[in-house]
Amino acid sequence: MTVQQHLRKADPRDHRGANRDVVLTVDGLDVATRRLPLLTDVSFRLTRGERVGLIGESGSGKSLTALALMGLLPEGVHAEGSVRLAGADHDLVGASEKQMSWVRGRRMSMVFQEPMTALNPVMRVGKQVEEGMLLHRTQDSRPAARAAALDLLARVRLPDPASAARAYPHQLSGGQRQRVMLAMALANDPEVLVCDEPTTALDVTVQAQMLELILEASVERDAAMLFITHDLPVVATVCQRLLVMYGGRIVESGTVEQVLTRPRHPYTRGLLAASDLELVDEAGRLRTIPGTVPAAGQFPDGCVFRNRCDHEVDRCTTFPPWAGQQEHGFACWNPTGEDVRA
Amino acid sequence: MSTAPDSQPAAQPAPVLGARGPAGRRRATAGLLIGAVLVGLVVLTALVSFVWTPYDPLQVDSTARLLGPSGEHLLGTDKFGRDTVSQLMLGARTTLFVGFIAVGLAAVVGIPLGVFASMSTSWLGAAVMRANDLLLAFPALLLAIMFGAVFGASTLTAMVAIGIATIPAFARIARSGALQVLSTEYVLAARAAGRRRVGIAVRHVLPNISGLLIVQASVSFAIAVLAEAALSFLGFGTRPPTPSWGRMLQESQEFLYLTPRLALVPGIAIAVAVLGFNLLGDGLRDRFDPKLEDR
Repeated sequence: MTVQQHLRKADPRDHRGANRDVVLTVDGLDVATRRLPLLTDVSFRLTRGERVGLIGESGSGKSLTALALMGLLPEGVHAEGSVRLAGADHDLVGASEKQMSWVRGRRMSMVFQEPMTALNPVMRVGKQVEEGMLLHRTQDSRPAARAAALDLLARVRLPDPASAARAYPHQLSGGQRQRVMLAMALANDPEVLVCDEPTTALDVTVQAQMLELILEASVERDAAMLFITHDLPVVATVCQRLLVMYGGRIVESGTVEQVLTRPRHPYTRGLLAASDLELVDEAGRLRTIPGTVPAAGQFPDGCVFRNRCDHEVDRCTTFPPWAGQQEHGFACWNPTGEDVRA
Repeated sequence: MSTAPDSQPAAQPAPVLGARGPAGRRRATAGLLIGAVLVGLVVLTALVSFVWTPYDPLQVDSTARLLGPSGEHLLGTDKFGRDTVSQLMLGARTTLFVGFIAVGLAAVVGIPLGVFASMSTSWLGAAVMRANDLLLAFPALLLAIMFGAVFGASTLTAMVAIGIATIPAFARIARSGALQVLSTEYVLAARAAGRRRVGIAVRHVLPNISGLLIVQASVSFAIAVLAEAALSFLGFGTRPPTPSWGRMLQESQEFLYLTPRLALVPGIAIAVAVLGFNLLGDGLRDRFDPKLEDR
C-alpha cells in the first residue's frame, strides 16, 4: 500500500470540504536528477497557522524539499507528484515560471539560511523590502511601499528602521540582515512561510530573538510554516508538529511531543540521543548515530536507514510501509517502543 | 608600421597590475590616479577644442609651412601650414568620439547578449556564445578594413567596425560575471520573492557586474583609440580634412627625417591616451575585482 492510499484510508478528515483549512498539500513528491532519486514519496499537509518542523541530518533532503515546494530546483533536477496550494487552480509541480512567480513571494515565501549572502550587496535593504510589494502590487506606489517597508522593518525590531532602510547589507550585522530577510518574506502576508534553517548562521542570543520574531510573525498572520532545522531544541520551541526526514524520505511524523518523547523510528531515536548532552555511552562519549549520511544515490535498497541502524531485521531489505496516520506515523519494520502495528 | 612605438606604452601597465601585496596595491592606486589624470587631460583638451583653439585647425597657410615651435605656433605647423596644437586638440575630439561610439555600441550589444547567454537554458544561449567566439577570431583591424572596403572609409565605418569587433569582449565578461551572480543566494531569494528573469537581470545581475563592465569599457576604450589611429593612418578611418591623430601621423611620414616633431606629437598624444585608459582600467580592476584583492 502506498503512503497516499494509506492516508486516504486512515485520515478521517480527508472528505470533501472537511479539510478547507488545509493550505498546502504535498502528495507523493518525488525529486530526482536524471540518474539519482533525491526525494521519494514525500507527503504532508500544512493547515492554516500550523507550524511544522522538518528535521534530519544534513544531506537528508530538507532544503531540497523547501526548494521543490517553491519550484526553485536547480537545473537538471525535476519534481514529480503533487504540491497543491489552497486557492491556486494549478499544481505547483510542473507549473510554468509565470504561474510560479505569482505564487512565490505572494502566497508562499521563504527565509534563507545564510543572511550574509541572501541580500543583494548593491541594493539598499529598504529597497529590497519594497521590491516584493511593488512586484506583487500589494502596495500600489513607491511611497506607499516605502512606508510599508519601514513598518515591516520596525515590526522585525530593527533598531532605527529609517536608517536601516538606507543601509547596504554589508553595513548590517548577521542578525540584522536576517531580520531584513524575514521582513522581505513577510512583506505580502504569505499563507505559507518556508524557513530553511533561519537561525543556524546566527549566534545563540540572536537566535532566540529571531525565533521569537518568526513565531510571532506566523501567529499574527495565521500563516502555515514549514520550519527546517537540525536543531531539536529550536524545533521544540517553535513547532507544533514534526516531520523527520532521512535519505529523501519522511521516516516519522507526529506532534512535537509524540516525536520527541516517544520516537518510533530508530533514526529519530538516534537523533534525539545524539542531541542529548547528558547521554553518554560506556566509554563516556556522547551518543552519535554510527556512520554518516551517504551521498545521494548511495542509500541502501529497502529501508534507507538500514546500513546505520541497530534494529535491522530481514524485512528491512524492502522499504517499510507507512504505519499509522499521515499526522502521526512512521516507516519502520522494527520500530522502537510500543508497536502500533499490532 | 610606424605606429609600433605607440603600442609600446600600452604594454607598460602590465607590471603595475602584476605587482601584488601592500606595495602593489599602493602602486595600483597610483596607476589609477595617473590614468585618471591622463584621461582627464585628453577629455579636457577635446572639450576645450569646442570653444577655443589657437588657430583654425583647417586653415591652410602656405607662408607658414613646416615651421618649428615658436611663441606663435607652440608646436609648429605641418606641411600645409596648419597649426599643430589646434589639429591635436581637434584630433582628441575625434579620438574620444570614435572611442565612445565604438565602446558604447559594443557595450549596448555585447552586455545584453552575454547576460542573455548566461541565463538561457536553451540552445540559443550556447549559439550566441559560439557566434561570439567566431567574431572574436576576427582581428579588429581586418574587420575595419573590410568594412572600409565595402562601405567606404569614414569615421562612421571605423567606429562601427571597431565597435563590432569589441562586442565579444563585453559579451564574454558580462556572461562570466552574470554566471557568478546567478549562482548567488540573493538571486535565489529574488526568485523566491517572485522575480522573473528580466527583473533579475536588470535589478540583480547588471548592478552587480557593473564594476567589471566599467573596467572592460576602459580597457576597450584604449584599444579603440589605438585602432582608430591605425585605421586613419592606413586611410580607412577619418577622412581629410577632419583632423585625426592617426592621419597626422601618416601625413608626417614623408618629413620623418626633416621634421620628426610632426610624427612625435601625434604619436605621444596617442600614447598618452592609450596609457591613460589602460592605467585607468587596470586601476579600476584592482579596486573592483575581488579575485585580485584576495591575493
